[in-house]
Amino acid sequence: MVVQSAAEAITYPAVGAELDIEGVSHAFDIDGATLPVLDNVSLAIAPGEFVALLGPSGCGKSTLLRLVAGLERPRAGVLREDETRITGPHPSRVVVFQDPTLFPWRSVWDNVALGLEAQGILKTQRHRVDDAIDLVGLSSFRNAYPHQLSGGMAQRVALARALVNDPKILVLDEPLGKLDSLTRIAMQSEIVALWQRKGFTTLLVTHDVEEALVLANRVIVLSDRPARIKADIAVQRPYPRHRGDPYLAELRKQILGLLGLEATW
Amino acid sequence: MSTYSVSDAAAAPAPRAAVTLSNLSGSYGIGLAASLAWLAFGLSCLYWPDVGDWSRTDSLGIGAIVIAAFVLFGTFGADYLGGPGEALRKRAPWLVALGALFTLWEVATAKFAWLPLPFFPPPQSILEVYTDDLPKLLDSVFASVKLQLGGYIIGATIGFVTGVSIGWSQKAGYWIHPVLRFIGPLPATAWLPIAFFSFPSSWSASTFLIALATGFPVTVLTWSGVASVSSAYYDVARTLGAKPSFLVLKVAIPAALPHVFVGLFMGLGSSFAVLVVAEMIGVKAGLGWYLQWAQGWAAYANMYAALIVMSLLCSGAITLLFRTRDRLLVWQKGVVKW
Ligand SMILES: Nc1ncnc2c1ncn2[C@@H]1O[C@H](COP(=O)(O)OP(=O)(O)OP(=O)(O)O)[C@@H](O)[C@H]1O
Ligand SMILES: [Mg+2]
Repeated sequence: MVVQSAAEAITYPAVGAELDIEGVSHAFDIDGATLPVLDNVSLAIAPGEFVALLGPSGCGKSTLLRLVAGLERPRAGVLREDETRITGPHPSRVVVFQDPTLFPWRSVWDNVALGLEAQGILKTQRHRVDDAIDLVGLSSFRNAYPHQLSGGMAQRVALARALVNDPKILVLDEPLGKLDSLTRIAMQSEIVALWQRKGFTTLLVTHDVEEALVLANRVIVLSDRPARIKADIAVQRPYPRHRGDPYLAELRKQILGLLGLEATW
Repeated sequence: MSTYSVSDAAAAPAPRAAVTLSNLSGSYGIGLAASLAWLAFGLSCLYWPDVGDWSRTDSLGIGAIVIAAFVLFGTFGADYLGGPGEALRKRAPWLVALGALFTLWEVATAKFAWLPLPFFPPPQSILEVYTDDLPKLLDSVFASVKLQLGGYIIGATIGFVTGVSIGWSQKAGYWIHPVLRFIGPLPATAWLPIAFFSFPSSWSASTFLIALATGFPVTVLTWSGVASVSSAYYDVARTLGAKPSFLVLKVAIPAALPHVFVGLFMGLGSSFAVLVVAEMIGVKAGLGWYLQWAQGWAAYANMYAALIVMSLLCSGAITLLFRTRDRLLVWQKGVVKW
């Protein structure tokens, strides 16, 4: 139902997995009261698709990503990866969290190697770590410790740590939120290039409408908490996209309207 | 506009190591003062007669003069000596103070007996202990180090493992936590009478007490370290495919290590106290016992000599622990230098 009419009608490489979110609701218990966070969210993502989630702060975007990652089980509904029910974390679904959360006691190289080490395949696959570090342009920092990196570099290490596992689904939680606008734009093109080359399915949370439009095939707009899907918008434009594109500008206006921000436009 | 040019700067003579008036008052001056202070110490030993009967006065005096000569040569040759010369220059103010202190000590005890004599032995009598009573002193050092090391390693290991298990597993916490709260705060020395009764040997009793004194702080701090590890680290590791053993060994423990070292330092301090008391009361060997024995014979010089050795050993142990920590925790910034 999704990428059907996209201008780029991409023939995605076989790497990406299909992600199916079906009637998912979730809530937290705070001081005995129940705080509903997700309300019957259903979303089908095709293999290799790039989907952006937009929504007001605190509406439940990160919570949805934690469910996709398998770090928590939903109170209701089902999540599936390639028809298989998600019951726990798996390295085929890797998350880049809102904070880079690098391990401060590990060098850049060792941080990136984390996934392969945890899966017990580091010994034979060391070159993959080097490749991932080269990919994010940090070859000369492989022996640095996290406290010696800038915020943007730390985010890039977090990205490399995820990519080294060759995920089928890459989950990004505002990975560029803390970067300055220049680094941000550079990283955005890097992410698109990587996605096009590797073909993984991508689920990106962002609060930047422009970022969502420049990167994604499809933008999902969520309501206030508890989050519900308000709109599902296909972005039919080939890559690389241009920020000044009037088509994107029109979509941006529409989305800001959905988020209740017409007045500022 | 500035009148300086590159060629001017290059033509200016490089300030090579020449003894001028200005650097006489600087680093050379302090080196010279250090040399003079040690010379004064040496001469004070040799010039006046001793008020008591000490056999090492002359050797001490000559030794001090030799040191004075070394300091003198070292000071003026510092530029050609490299590392050692630099080290000497840095320590010169301390050498002045030490030389002056020794001179005063020598004069106030051995020469004019301004301080009451058996209680304040002169430097040469302490030197005498180090030369004439060396075998016994070395035996004591060896016994103390052996006892301390055994107890400390056992206590630190058990404390670390216990701390990790209660930090990690709720079940372990349920059983161990109350025991820890009940027994932990008790000073290990309170167990002394019971321990010496119930253990087969005083050596095993003392090992137990030292391990106990070490184990409590190590347990508590390891536990709090493991418990305070941010859950974000576990989330990252789990999404990358980590199993529980990986989470403990590669996430919880490294993240808790700074806390563990605080516990190891605290444990080291309290175990020193237990060691000395245990040696004084139960074990018939070690520096604590040597102190006790010296007191019994009113051998005050031996007591001071043993105290100095003890302080060097304790300080050495702390230094070693700091070095280990600095190596293991290079990733931390701004660690305290010892
Ligand atoms: N572990 C938790 N326990 C209790 N409440 C939680 C927990 N995690 C999240 N919440 C609550 O769930 C709601 C949604 O949180 P979530 O982190 O998903 O928001 P978000 O959409 O990612 O916001 P932001 O854009 O600011 O990151 C918040 O109101 C938050 O207080
Ligand atoms: Mg969030």
